[in-house]
Amino acid sequence: MKKLEKDRLSAFLQQIGEEMPLFVPVQKEEGAVFTRWSPEVTPQLGAVRTVRSPKDLFFPQCEALYTLKTEQGKLQIAPQKRAEEPFAVFGMRGCDARALQVLDQVFLTEPVDTFYKARRENGVLLTLACRRPDTACFCTVFQNDPADPLGDVCLVEGDTCFFLMAKTEKGQAFLDRFASFLTPCEEPDENACRKEQANIRAIAARLPLRDLSLEGWGPGQTDARFSDPRWDTLSKNCLGCGTCTFVCPVCQCYDLHDYDTGHGVIHYRCWDSCMYEDFTRMSAGNNRPTRMQRYRQRFMHKLVYGPENNNGMYGCVGCGRCVVKCPSSLHIVQVLRKMRKEEEHAKL
Amino acid sequence: MPSCNEPLIPQVGVITAITEQTPDVRTFRIEKPEGGKLFLHQPGQCAMIGVPGAGEAMFSITSSPTQEDYQEFSIKRCGSLTDVLHALEPGDCVTVRGPYGNAFPVDTALKGKNLLFIAGGIGLAPLRSVIRYAMDRREEYGTIQIVYGARSKEDLVDLAEIETMWKNQPDVHVYLTIDRPQEGWDGHVGFVPDYVRELPVDLSQTVLVCGPPIMIKFVLAALTDLGYRKDQVYTTLELRMKCGIGKCGRCNIGGKYVCKDGPVFRCDEIGELPDEY
Ligand code: SF4
Ligand code: SF4
Ligand code: FES
Repeated sequence: MKKLEKDRLSAFLQQIGEEMPLFVPVQKEEGAVFTRWSPEVTPQLGAVRTVRSPKDLFFPQCEALYTLKTEQGKLQIAPQKRAEEPFAVFGMRGCDARALQVLDQVFLTEPVDTFYKARRENGVLLTLACRRPDTACFCTVFQNDPADPLGDVCLVEGDTCFFLMAKTEKGQAFLDRFASFLTPCEEPDENACRKEQANIRAIAARLPLRDLSLEGWGPGQTDARFSDPRWDTLSKNCLGCGTCTFVCPVCQCYDLHDYDTGHGVIHYRCWDSCMYEDFTRMSAGNNRPTRMQRYRQRFMHKLVYGPENNNGMYGCVGCGRCVVKCPSSLHIVQVLRKMRKEEEHAKL
Repeated sequence: MPSCNEPLIPQVGVITAITEQTPDVRTFRIEKPEGGKLFLHQPGQCAMIGVPGAGEAMFSITSSPTQEDYQEFSIKRCGSLTDVLHALEPGDCVTVRGPYGNAFPVDTALKGKNLLFIAGGIGLAPLRSVIRYAMDRREEYGTIQIVYGARSKEDLVDLAEIETMWKNQPDVHVYLTIDRPQEGWDGHVGFVPDYVRELPVDLSQTVLVCGPPIMIKFVLAALTDLGYRKDQVYTTLELRMKCGIGKCGRCNIGGKYVCKDGPVFRCDEIGELPDEY
């Protein structure tokens, strides 16, 4: 374990930011947003939840995959370059780091998505334990420990310093590279770090959403859950706006499109949402024509189908973004609450 | 496999021949620019075909793997991309990536079996791949019975090939039907599911069904009534697709992705999926 005195934080970030692209949460009008570091930005490390998740940095909202051009009557396909440069993300939270592990299950299994893979290989995750998890957080429901986040290097904030622990070889190499800013930890430091972590766990244990139950969800629950009449009631006021899918660090659905620039065609990928009516529409028909079917699909995918395909990993990490952002309050917490098993026959 | 090891990046394909099958179906022969097949495939698999600027869509490969020089796709005109495809001419380039999905189990479960193919309209496209495969390896399969129907005589895809080739193969019986009586047609008139009920039944057959969802539904009901078990019937599901590799989420149904776990399903497997296809 190493420590970084708080008064050296900006010099530390400056050094990293000068050597490679560095992304930190920065306070904007709409909330905290991961932003490329520059000497002018002030990191906002107190925000427990950025408005959008850092998944953009690995699976961008929009990215070109290849360009098509016709030269001398011949069609040429020029693939977009994959990420080659190392970059760092500082201040990512454990829930978002776990979300990347779920995305890894999707994008890094055969056939591998090489665009995502290149960013994952080049990105170093410096995650920050959550000193103040808030009332919309429920990451512990999904086996997350807010005091000990996943990532390459995990940081725990103390009163005067940050404690840093390398969790991967990549993380160790990173700490070695920037060792001049760090000091070794003595036993009192380790105790102080453990105390901070114990505090965090104590807060997490009192959070209002801590006891959401996953009973009756997970692999093999399709038959039990699919025809539940409560989907109808729950989905009634869903606007189909897709906000929940766009803010979610785990949602992975995408679309592929051509854009004609006038001198060639760019084939690009962009996020899409299973909440949209045209997501499954074909000229021959639509297999999910109703709002209820789309609403059900999103949650069945997160809570049943996803775990079936991704080694039991749920498609939610309890980050609370949809809880805060859904204009109709029809987020996943409502689903877990209102569709509790024991209340099978209870009215909503 | 597609070039550059990236499943989302296509190859260039050249259209080397176009056959006008029906007023709205054309068969496109596609090869590498330097000639030869773009990839190897199995009967029932699909590929993504794109026209620069117009986008991509998934089509079943209608040629048999035993055809060594090219792949063929029978494409019905039914939307903006297919409009653009239908305007192309031999020599034009498209993008192709694939093959995607599973295949009919031609070398395992279907081997040595008596086969019954039931197709409606453009649904013949994926089955033709199996039919031609079985004809090219005739000794590996039992009897072949083909029931094929369309709206009218003009809408029967591959009619010339059926008349001149399929009907002359040993132990192959072809039963054609059209929806309504028509001048110059002295064959059977009626819907495919009804025709299936009228024809001689051989419960030893393994059945392959492709066509519009509504036809599939009634054919499956007819087969059940006739005594065929669900596990001896195969069909294909058609859902909207984008990536073809089980990642974009579009063709997800229950724990399956039609683009990679399908499009071919045995009917007892379909019964296990949530009712949303
Ligand atoms: S659940 Fe909420 S955020 Fe999601 S589409 Fe419906 S209204 Fe929008
Ligand atoms: S479903 Fe909601 S709470 Fe769960 S990870 Fe997605 S945005 Fe966060
Ligand atoms: S087409 Fe993308 S998941 Fe099947």
